[in-house]
Amino acid sequence: MNFRSPRILPWLTVVTLTAGFALVFFFAPNDADQGFIQKIFYLHVPLAICALVGFMVAAVQAIIHLRGGDSKWDVRSYVSIHISIILGVAVLITGAIWARASWGKWFVWDEPTLVSFLIVFLLYCTYYPLRYAIEDRERQARYASVFAVTAGAFVPLNFIAVRLAETLVHPRVFATSDSGLPPKMWITFLVCLAGMGLLWETLVRFELAAKSSRARLGRLRRALEGDDVGVAGSRIAPLAHGATETS
Amino acid sequence: MNAFRTILGKDLRTELRTLESIPAMALFAATTFVLFRFGLDRTSLEGSLAAGVLLATVLFAAILAINRVFVSEREQGGFDVVRLAPVDGTALFAAKVCVLAIYLVVLELIAVPLFALLFLDSAAGLAPLALVLAMVDLGLATIGALVSSIAINSRARDLIAPLLLLPLLVPVMIAAAGAAEPLLAAGGPSYDGFGKWIAVLALYDVVFGLVGYAVYDFLLED
Amino acid sequence: MQTGVQTRADPGAAAAEAAAVALRGLRRDYGERPVLRDVTLELAAGETLSVIGPNGAGKSTLLRILATLLRPTAGRVAVLGAELPRGAWRVRGRIGYLAHQPLLYRELSVTENLEFNARLHGIDDPGRRIEELLGAAGLARRGGDAVRNLSAGMLQRAAICRALLARPDLLLLDEPRAHLDVGAARIVEELLGPAPGRTRVIVTHEIESGIGDADRVVALRADGSVAYAGAAAGLAPAEARAIVEGRQ
Repeated sequence: MNFRSPRILPWLTVVTLTAGFALVFFFAPNDADQGFIQKIFYLHVPLAICALVGFMVAAVQAIIHLRGGDSKWDVRSYVSIHISIILGVAVLITGAIWARASWGKWFVWDEPTLVSFLIVFLLYCTYYPLRYAIEDRERQARYASVFAVTAGAFVPLNFIAVRLAETLVHPRVFATSDSGLPPKMWITFLVCLAGMGLLWETLVRFELAAKSSRARLGRLRRALEGDDVGVAGSRIAPLAHGATETS
Repeated sequence: MNAFRTILGKDLRTELRTLESIPAMALFAATTFVLFRFGLDRTSLEGSLAAGVLLATVLFAAILAINRVFVSEREQGGFDVVRLAPVDGTALFAAKVCVLAIYLVVLELIAVPLFALLFLDSAAGLAPLALVLAMVDLGLATIGALVSSIAINSRARDLIAPLLLLPLLVPVMIAAAGAAEPLLAAGGPSYDGFGKWIAVLALYDVVFGLVGYAVYDFLLED
Repeated sequence: MQTGVQTRADPGAAAAEAAAVALRGLRRDYGERPVLRDVTLELAAGETLSVIGPNGAGKSTLLRILATLLRPTAGRVAVLGAELPRGAWRVRGRIGYLAHQPLLYRELSVTENLEFNARLHGIDDPGRRIEELLGAAGLARRGGDAVRNLSAGMLQRAAICRALLARPDLLLLDEPRAHLDVGAARIVEELLGPAPGRTRVIVTHEIESGIGDADRVVALRADGSVAYAGAAAGLAPAEARAIVEGRQ
């Protein structure tokens, strides 16, 4: 998907998400076992998938950064992880609500996907202190990319290990096979997934645009006030060197 | 290969001379066992509890060595020496993995008999446990060398290394505990799911070995 | 990782081959702060370059960049015919670098340190080479001492032995006479002096001798910009002193 104009994307996101939620409430049938609360599935699972795919995208961007040395790919990798962590918080919250409603506990340790996600989330949270601990920008970018690659390799391994460790007791919506989910639920789910994917992309574009304008502001200020003025803003976020136009 | 052996030999010689890492790790492990004795209020352990105590102790003792493994290179210019020489930086990484693995094996040669003496009723499961621990050591050493070289050039290296390490080691802990639990079971060792867990450990070791090999050069640059 | 990238013929390569060091518009930042700005110079093989300037002017940074240890932020750097940072792997082992730090392991003896370096550099008959160097540096009887027990002057001489071990084509010397008394300085002078085919870059605080010994001089200002770059004869000591003291 390549939307040249950044204006189309937010609207598409809003439309798709609205359509998705309309389907959730008015189209998708209530789950036989869990009733209404199962509908959080349409929020929780797409969020989780987008967050994990976002981490993978960050790993690929990090590889491109390491191979070519162009710092704009570090900025992209950073933003991908940043947005995915925000979605990750939402995943853990919706997961906790679902667990509370289904089992009466906020967190269940014998649910492998949730546990795996928590571990992955904790690992990616260390991305910020790592960046913060390295002062030199160029080195910070390089090490952050090494982290993103390593963590990217970790995600599937972790899911394998955790899944093998637990017996499958989850109220698995995809239970035994794909046929376990009625077509109406599938359609709703896919629309919600598309909407969430678009939301991820929109947030990434907005963040990149904000970064590059902040960097431009910093350059202007330095041009006005002389060379040695420190740039305002975050020490850990990579600088967008103007090359990060949101195209 | 030559550079690898040279660096490995240098590190082992230094450790023999200074005894900086291994005695500290062994002492740490022994003290931790005593703490578990009272923390859990148990004088004998079996099954998952035994596996957990042993593996957690090894893991935390490993952090001591991982924090130190690149300190001499950083503070005494070893990184520069290696980068000035016509050798592949990966030799340094491989040597450090090997050094850490050797430290861990030596640690376990001390800590596991001590653990058996203090907590286990039977030593029957220790032989297959050695294989599990060997795989754990390799994983710990690989990810430890990788994380340590990230952390060594950061400001708060003692903080960053454990922070990155612990989540990365969760799969190792899961697989090792899964394999060790039936080995240390009360009724004598059994091999329930042993092959599966060894496979997971092997996969982990291979994947992070390759990742380390691929990215290490980028950590060496200044 | 960049192995094999440099196989493509570079139109500037022939010109760069003649010069042992060629810098054009070199810039290096630490974080947001520029440490070196727009350094341009050329040094032919066999020549000596003195780098002078006040503290914090980026002298040591310049040396680390030439040693392939630090990558330039911008600009073109060619050392012994290899473009940095891409071609760094081609010149590794041909550069002798004497840093502020001795780059020796404290717990090992001087000889063990030199053997370690010799093995990394793949030097033939390291035993004889090490003996020869230690003898020349006046450390013949100190080879077995642990580095941490050496005095500052002996440490400096041991570090010089390390830098010279692989018979480098390019010598990068960061204040080679630091910590040395008059006698030791004379010994070191012979070791590090001009030799056929040896290009030298020397960071120094001693302005008169720095200019006197050199073919070319670079004078850096405190902000990392170049105040003078050219033939040593073209810079009067008084002028150089003014630059170092920040009056120019």
